[in-house]
Amino acid sequence: MNPKLVRKLALTVLAWSVAGIMFFPVAWMLVTAFKTEIDAVTPSLVFSPTFENFVVVDQRADYFKFAMNSVVIAFGSTILALALAVPAAYAMAFYPGRFTKDILLWMLSTKMLPAVGVLVPMYLIFRNTGLLDTRTGLIIVHTLVNLPIIVWMCYSFFKDIPNEILEAGRMDGARPREQLFYLLLPLTLPGIGSTALLAIILSWNEAFWSLNLSAANAAPLTAFIASFSSPEGLFWAKLSAASTMAVAPILIFGWLTQRQLVRGLTFGAVK
Amino acid sequence: MKVSGFPVLGAVLLASTAFAHAETLTIATVNNSDMIIMQKLSPAFEQATGHKLNWVVLEENVLRQRVTTDIATEGGQFDIITIGAYETPIWGAAEWLTPVDDLGDAYDYDDILEPVKNGLSYEGKLFAVPFYAESSFTFYRKDLFEAKGLTMPEQPTYDDILAAAKAIHDPASNTYGICLRGKPGWGENMAYVSTLVNTFGGKWFDMEWNTTINTPEWKQALTLYLDLLNNYGPPGAASNGHNENRALFASGNCGIWIDATSAAGYIFNPNESKVADTTAFAKAPIAAVDKGAGWAWAWALGIPASSQKADAAKQFLAWATSKEYVEMVGESEGWVSVPPGTRKSTYANPKYTEAAPFADTVLAAILAADPADATKDEVPYTGVQFVAIPEFQGIGTQVGQTVAAALTGQMSVDQALQTMQSATERTMKQAGYPK
Repeated sequence: MNPKLVRKLALTVLAWSVAGIMFFPVAWMLVTAFKTEIDAVTPSLVFSPTFENFVVVDQRADYFKFAMNSVVIAFGSTILALALAVPAAYAMAFYPGRFTKDILLWMLSTKMLPAVGVLVPMYLIFRNTGLLDTRTGLIIVHTLVNLPIIVWMCYSFFKDIPNEILEAGRMDGARPREQLFYLLLPLTLPGIGSTALLAIILSWNEAFWSLNLSAANAAPLTAFIASFSSPEGLFWAKLSAASTMAVAPILIFGWLTQRQLVRGLTFGAVK
Repeated sequence: MKVSGFPVLGAVLLASTAFAHAETLTIATVNNSDMIIMQKLSPAFEQATGHKLNWVVLEENVLRQRVTTDIATEGGQFDIITIGAYETPIWGAAEWLTPVDDLGDAYDYDDILEPVKNGLSYEGKLFAVPFYAESSFTFYRKDLFEAKGLTMPEQPTYDDILAAAKAIHDPASNTYGICLRGKPGWGENMAYVSTLVNTFGGKWFDMEWNTTINTPEWKQALTLYLDLLNNYGPPGAASNGHNENRALFASGNCGIWIDATSAAGYIFNPNESKVADTTAFAKAPIAAVDKGAGWAWAWALGIPASSQKADAAKQFLAWATSKEYVEMVGESEGWVSVPPGTRKSTYANPKYTEAAPFADTVLAAILAADPADATKDEVPYTGVQFVAIPEFQGIGTQVGQTVAAALTGQMSVDQALQTMQSATERTMKQAGYPK
């Protein structure tokens, strides 16, 4: 057989295997959601599917309320984070100072601290400012959590834009704000778009702060999932149903924006 | 018929006063079946009082962390919390909880089982009211015992258990002699192992708070535990907690299971268990001494000291843990589903004892499990399967991991005992315990 064809075949098999392994847990969750609790603990694919888990989950918790909180928090924090990150990345990419590299690294280093280490101080700040269990509070905290990554991504996209383009703009009398809005943003839009999508996904899946800083009012879907796990009694099927309901919106959103996401993430990779 | 105006007016006034003080109460709870029923029936409380209830349902460990953070920082997010028998005395001592011994004249405190009440008190003050309580006992398969010509005594010893497990064990047909908790955690494998140590005459600490793990009693207990699970247990026992074993037993894979009495209702339910007809119950097995062989646990409702709505919260506590509530669950959900283990009146009710044939064995187990007297020698702590000090969560989890390591053959019994002894000694020393 043609060695080229063999190589192509091997690569295809490898790619599908990797994709299969990555998708397996999600597929298993989907299958488990349609099993009875007893079937769920016996790893078998032969069972009669039931919608009962979804009915039970829907009866026991107000899914719509949790989902609305997730939407507001994910989109709110993404907009706020971009509003802060774009000017910051612009300044660092085009007007670097002596400490720009250090600042960038320092920003990323905040991600290296385990979140639980600052739980008590954060909790006290939230308590004193009346932000506990509010959507505003969670929007702020998700913005802070995602900001380093968003700044880094924007920075790397901006760095790919030749300074000469902005210089040409300046020759024509464009001020920094105009350079940003009329030159830089249109040129890096695919990148910014994929950054926004990533921020939404990260915020949607954020569990630690969402669980710890919310109670009855602002709890998003991650708290909804946590309410279906139990140390006493069988819960795998109901937990899987709840998880399916929680990931469905973001999964569909991801599929719809897949082309945009891939285009943005590889933006500027090939010159 | 003439109706006097006064009582009617009084009732209207009372109702309007109640509605004038209508509060929104936030309740943090766990996702256990009894709590789910409580949530389902709570609109009756809302209608009667005008209060509104907001539910925060979380997994047990998440709930513990969440509520601890809130109470320790006086966050005031919760008005009612679901709390276990381990935390209640510790949090009561720290003045994190509002005492609940004044729930009104109509609330029958004397009806609550004494050991359960003791477990939720600190220095004689009640800090949480029990919602349901459990001990541990022996589930076994009548059919498998009969097939081998065995009988289970009412009070089995561990020699009986070992012999029966050996006789029944038949891995070729997926029937394992015995299922026990192997998953590491202070509330998982250590809940069982601690009771085993108690009945072999061992203890965690002596009166001077010196660690007493590297002792012959612990060695005997651990040796038997490994013998039972490695030779007559299911494969991969070190990853089986309460839920995994419950599923194994319900699917007919275990001959004997020693675990929570609260699972009896589930095993006895033919919709959820394949062995509903063939399961029988006996007391928790004993070895050298008959103390502390069955554990004592309760899920209770308490009010954080930081709540601004303690009066309304007390109304809810009085409603959810009352005799009338038990009656209500019995009538609407079936008597086998009523919250077990808390009230004498539940066990005196023929409707319950008829629906739940295990009721008497459960009651005996709960009455025998006294957190204040669970060891052969005198000890400075309370708790049957735990030590009611804040450090125990960490110690229990670490020791539990070492027990699991011994179970999977990563270390010998002697090595495990030495490791557990020194780790516990170190923690206790840092916390300033040994006198």
